[in-house]
Amino acid sequence: MHALNISGLKKVYKGGVEALKGVDLQVEQGDFFALLGPNGAGKSTTIGIISSLVNATQGKVNVFDFDLDSQKAAAKACIGLVPQEFNFNQFETLQQIVINQAGYYGVPRSEAKQRAEKYLKQLELWDKRNARARELSGGMKRRLMIARALMHEPKMLILDEPTAGVDIEIRRAMWTFLREINEQGITIILTTHYLEEAEMLCRHIAIIDKGRIVENTSMKSLLAKLNVETFVLDVKCSGEPVLEGFTTRMTDANTLEVDVPKTTGLNPVFSQLDQQGVQVMSMRNKSNRLEELFVRLVESGREEGAE
Amino acid sequence: MDSGSNFTALTTLWIKECTRFLRIWIQTLVPPAITMTLYFVIFGSLIGERIGQMGGFTYMEFIVPGLIMMAIITNSYANVSSSFFSAKFQRNVEELLVSPVPTWAIILGFVGGGVARASLIGIIVTAVSLFFVDVNIHSVAIIVVTLLLTSILFATAGLINGIFAKTFDDISVVPTFVLTPLTYLGGVFYSLTLLPEFWQWVSKANPIVYMVNGFRYGFLGVSDVNVFVSLGLLVVFNLVLFSLAYVLLQRGTGIRS
Repeated sequence: MHALNISGLKKVYKGGVEALKGVDLQVEQGDFFALLGPNGAGKSTTIGIISSLVNATQGKVNVFDFDLDSQKAAAKACIGLVPQEFNFNQFETLQQIVINQAGYYGVPRSEAKQRAEKYLKQLELWDKRNARARELSGGMKRRLMIARALMHEPKMLILDEPTAGVDIEIRRAMWTFLREINEQGITIILTTHYLEEAEMLCRHIAIIDKGRIVENTSMKSLLAKLNVETFVLDVKCSGEPVLEGFTTRMTDANTLEVDVPKTTGLNPVFSQLDQQGVQVMSMRNKSNRLEELFVRLVESGREEGAE
Repeated sequence: MDSGSNFTALTTLWIKECTRFLRIWIQTLVPPAITMTLYFVIFGSLIGERIGQMGGFTYMEFIVPGLIMMAIITNSYANVSSSFFSAKFQRNVEELLVSPVPTWAIILGFVGGGVARASLIGIIVTAVSLFFVDVNIHSVAIIVVTLLLTSILFATAGLINGIFAKTFDDISVVPTFVLTPLTYLGGVFYSLTLLPEFWQWVSKANPIVYMVNGFRYGFLGVSDVNVFVSLGLLVVFNLVLFSLAYVLLQRGTGIRS
């Protein structure tokens, strides 16, 4: 049984914008799954349809084998949603927000109060339980949405850019928390713009662009496809160095970019630079590995589409 | 969800709605009390004494049921239109859309909030009226049934307004241009028998005439229209508006893209 099984999903908005052009996607139970794509690719529309916020034009969605059309209530009960935008009542207290959400799923009030304490404590919001939501910082509001999504103890948690706009300390604390609940058996689907986040957390990944899935595989096999990595070297030299077997670019008088094939390694780069009297002051990756691969996949998908 | 879970969801939404209007009581409960006190002072005591009898009662006694009904209509409508539109505006209506709350429970939860506010205001306005006049009660059953059916009807109408509304202006258009004129021309301040025959017939096309008169019958035992026709029409209007609200929410009108 898949946690999520989507087939032939299409969405045409009023005005004719075709947001999804036939998306097929499966997510295994217990997986930590990343759905990546550039802005406007169809990520939020896909999540919107899964969580019943957007009506699909065509296609099927099954959540833990419950058909989202004919077994809506059972399917919805399996999903916890953490949306991209803050969507709670800003004038309610944190306790009211999470207790009400549990109530909508049929959790009795006494049980909801116990769960509110549990999840607000886990997300370090218990001290703020009687504060109104509008008084919270951005990071606290994000954590509140996670606590709210967990109140009915869903089997699958969908997070739409959960760490957008939060500082690195809170982001890392959220990663730890998400890893923990995933280890407890909750399937997690994550969309993010921080590709480092997807690389660190997720076991499987799908890349969506212009309403189509352009890649759907495990993170390991996706990263294995990365055969060239770009390094940026801060150098001291009189002219542009020539590196045999490598593509290079001088982006300014002291910055050299080198495309290094995975099979070659960095030793020949340094030995050739040494022979030419070039001093290497420092070195870094141009972007993280996944980001580089992501750009290539999206660009190649677009080139194919243009043919 | 099973029926127990649906009931939990319904009561959660209803409590949330009641908490909302009680939290902002200065905006929701105090203004109708002040407005109605002014009506009682100006129309009842000052002008009313010069008007004399109407329908066999003092003018003050005559207008009290209509004024209570006016407060009930206005507040049940405003409560739900404003609450539902705010939920759309702040996007917290999504909390309901992602959860398995059935559509009928969403309607009843919001409408129940409107009915609770209208009932509370009905009690407050009645209590205020006791400072000015001895309130007669002809039939408690007719009073309660008319109050409930009317507040349910206008709360549902407010919900439909909230569903269609795209801006805050959209939730004030209907109360200003439709509800207020119909209420003032609905026999709150006068008996239809004072009007020429043609205008009596025209007035009988105004649904609020039936609600005001039904309610007045409960207090005074007099009405310009048959009280059972009033109750029958209220039931029919309620069924029509509930069905409309149900279809609109099921389709996701104004809330799902």
